[in-house]
Amino acid sequence: MIGFWIAAAVALVATALAVTRRHPVHALLYLVVSLLAVAVLFLLLGAAFAAALEVVIYAGAIMVLFLFVVMLLDVGPPADDSTSGRTAPAAWLGPGLLAAILAGELAWIVRSSSSAHGAAAVDPAAVGRLLFGSWALGVELAGMLLLAALVGAFHLGRREDAQ
Amino acid sequence: MGAPAQALLVATALFALGLLAVLVRRNLVFTLLGIEVMLNASGLAFVAAGARWGDAAGQGMLLFVLAVAAAEVAVGLALVLQVARRFGSLDPDRLTDLAERAPGGSDA
Amino acid sequence: MPDAARSLLWVVPAAPFAGFLVLALAGRRLSRRRVATVGAGSVLLAGLATALAAVAYLGQPVREAWRQALWPWIEAGPLRVEMALRLDGLSLVMALVVTVVGFLIHLYATESMEREEEGYARFFAYLNLFVGAMLVLVLADDLLLLYLGWEGVGLCSFLLIGFWYRDPETVRAARKAFVVTRVGDAAMAVGILLLATELGTLRLSELGPAAASAWGAGSAASLLAAALLLAGAVGKSAQLPLQVWLPDAMAGPTPVSALIHAATMVTAGVYLVARTHALFLLAPPVMTAVALIGAATLLLAGASALFQNDIKRVLAYSTISQLGTMFLALGVGAFSAAIFHLMTHAFFKALLFLVAGVVIDAFHHEHDLRRMGGLGRRSPLLFALALVGASALAGVPLLTAGFFSKDAVLWRAWNAGAAGPWLWAAGVLGAFLTAVYIFRWLSLAFLGRAPSHLGPPARSRILVPLLVLGALSVVGGWVETPAVLGGVHLLSDVLSPALPVPAHETGSNALEGALMSAAALAALAGIAAGLAWAGRGPNRKEEARIVEFLRRGWGFDDLYAALFVRPLRRLAEGVGREPLDRLYDTLAALARVGNRMLAPSQSGVLRRYAALIGAGAALLLAWGILR
Repeated sequence: MIGFWIAAAVALVATALAVTRRHPVHALLYLVVSLLAVAVLFLLLGAAFAAALEVVIYAGAIMVLFLFVVMLLDVGPPADDSTSGRTAPAAWLGPGLLAAILAGELAWIVRSSSSAHGAAAVDPAAVGRLLFGSWALGVELAGMLLLAALVGAFHLGRREDAQ
Repeated sequence: MGAPAQALLVATALFALGLLAVLVRRNLVFTLLGIEVMLNASGLAFVAAGARWGDAAGQGMLLFVLAVAAAEVAVGLALVLQVARRFGSLDPDRLTDLAERAPGGSDA
Repeated sequence: MPDAARSLLWVVPAAPFAGFLVLALAGRRLSRRRVATVGAGSVLLAGLATALAAVAYLGQPVREAWRQALWPWIEAGPLRVEMALRLDGLSLVMALVVTVVGFLIHLYATESMEREEEGYARFFAYLNLFVGAMLVLVLADDLLLLYLGWEGVGLCSFLLIGFWYRDPETVRAARKAFVVTRVGDAAMAVGILLLATELGTLRLSELGPAAASAWGAGSAASLLAAALLLAGAVGKSAQLPLQVWLPDAMAGPTPVSALIHAATMVTAGVYLVARTHALFLLAPPVMTAVALIGAATLLLAGASALFQNDIKRVLAYSTISQLGTMFLALGVGAFSAAIFHLMTHAFFKALLFLVAGVVIDAFHHEHDLRRMGGLGRRSPLLFALALVGASALAGVPLLTAGFFSKDAVLWRAWNAGAAGPWLWAAGVLGAFLTAVYIFRWLSLAFLGRAPSHLGPPARSRILVPLLVLGALSVVGGWVETPAVLGGVHLLSDVLSPALPVPAHETGSNALEGALMSAAALAALAGIAAGLAWAGRGPNRKEEARIVEFLRRGWGFDDLYAALFVRPLRRLAEGVGREPLDRLYDTLAALARVGNRMLAPSQSGVLRRYAALIGAGAALLLAWGILR
């Protein structure tokens, strides 16, 4: 169980840091750390396939894409967080309160339900059977979604002055 | 409290952090980043629930969440590129062209 | 020969309609002479066809009614209506009156309307259309066809009263006539619908027997049907309470007043009741109402006529009063007497109106009697003709047609049950008033001193009709005389298959003679009084309020203005301000207000939107938790 706490702590701290950095690339790198910690959490929950997905796709593809585009933007440290640098600490108050309330409500819900159950491992074979079986249509649709995103991103990202 | 429940709490906290990023940071990149964090948190919640019930559906849903996140990131970043090119700034507070001005336009 | 005449019956209404078409389509391109020829000629043609039919009809050994079916018109369920003409004694007499008097008036009009700058053809087109419609009305075999003619004459009345349409007062008078008669017409239409749906037929010959077998005498349905038809007759014949339009209708040209508002259209109501007498006889209370309306109108209008100063308005009120006499006759069951008086009245009233037209011209379009005088010396022939007409109206004994017809009515009235003598007395009082006002009229116009230079004398086209009408006003009465004076029954013989003879012919000849003499005395006394009154010269003092009240027709116009005209006008103005639109405008305004209040929430700031979403989610969760 100690592994669980460490991984959880790493994930939370890394995310907090990611959210508060000035430089977007720094933030993204911290986010990658957070994602890897979440993958560990998956493993500890017995969801090996999920862990693999998290690492390969989320940290490995999505974040990489993010990094490339951010570096393309070439915005630099100030990164347009208002003319006076990053937003003032006082600006965190309101949203912080809102986020705290939301989190508090969700936590209350979790605690009030039967939460004593342990984790049952679900092996990749079971997931595979599901994805190729009853959820096959969903998988196809997800594929189409990605195609649409591909075309959309290509079109939207184009430079105007191309002849 | 069992591991899945604790994982849910972690997911809650992660979600809150992601929301904060969207609400507070005045940089479109960080807005997208916050969204990614929130999506990740929801994925964690799914897997935790799947682990609680021993159902493969949790991980299946994670796959779909990932697909959505990928699609959203791709299109979102393309839009961010456009914004950077057109407006020269990534501050969402400056992008208010769709604001409702005072009435006085054409009446139906 | 009878068959030839019978098959040509359709010519009678068709000729004036043809005249109307020619004049309406090509009238403006024709010369005045041609227009006059077509206009008067079509009526002459109709008259000749009618005369032909009369000869053939009366020559039959057994007088049966003729029916000429033209074409099928309406087939709706059990109701079958054909365009068909019917000739029997009643319609023959009416058709003769319409065509003969109509032709004479047309002839007069060809001369009198010469001075009109424009509209000569339009006038004769309308006049022809009127004659056609009136002939359709009297020759109709079916109540629905009669109603068609009824509406047609109403339309022509409107068009002709408003002939000088550029004058707003004239247009107002035309509109008033139309609207007031419309009230009666609407009731009549309901009555026709009632008859059609309940009896399944509208053939005039079948209505009586059908109603008798379906409803029976005195039943509510008979009362209702008869009352509704009576309403129509009351409107068209300007009886109480719908008499208010006729005095104002004098705004039209004089030939119009003579033809439509004296001799023919206004008599349509009398004709209607006579024609559908079978229905009325099934409803004794309605008959009583007819008599009472007639008597009341006779007296009220007569009183009003006493104080009129406009030369034509005197005659208008006189017409209302005389129509009251006819209604009185109808009410007591003396249908043929009513038609007799209708005929003689057509002669002398038309004569009087045409004379009035000449008088107005002679005094340079002056209408006020008080500014006239002395015309008798300048135009003795005209004076003689006017005297004939006035005497006929007053019922000068033995010499005039009016005497015989009025006497026939009064005698029948006396014999009509318990109220008879009262009705007779009303009639005699009415005769007295009539004599007073008409001889006042005559005296003011023709006697005394001429005020100023008079216009040129009348030409032959004017005088010939006047002479003919004058002659008819004298001899027209000889077709029907009481037993005491020769017992001629020409008219009632002609009418008899169509109209029933009154049941009660009680009373001796001596009584009849006595009553006749009493009425004659009343007439003579009235003549004297009228001449004396007029001879007193213009009255310098202020007029008494009662006189003003009587002159204004007993205040009916003011009553209707307060009861109907003003509230309706206010309602129209209120609706004119589009209240429903305002309702919708309010809704639209509310939407705009809402927009103005909510628009600021669309600030365009992305983070704020996200914050709102988050807050909403928090609220929903809270609600979920707290439940």
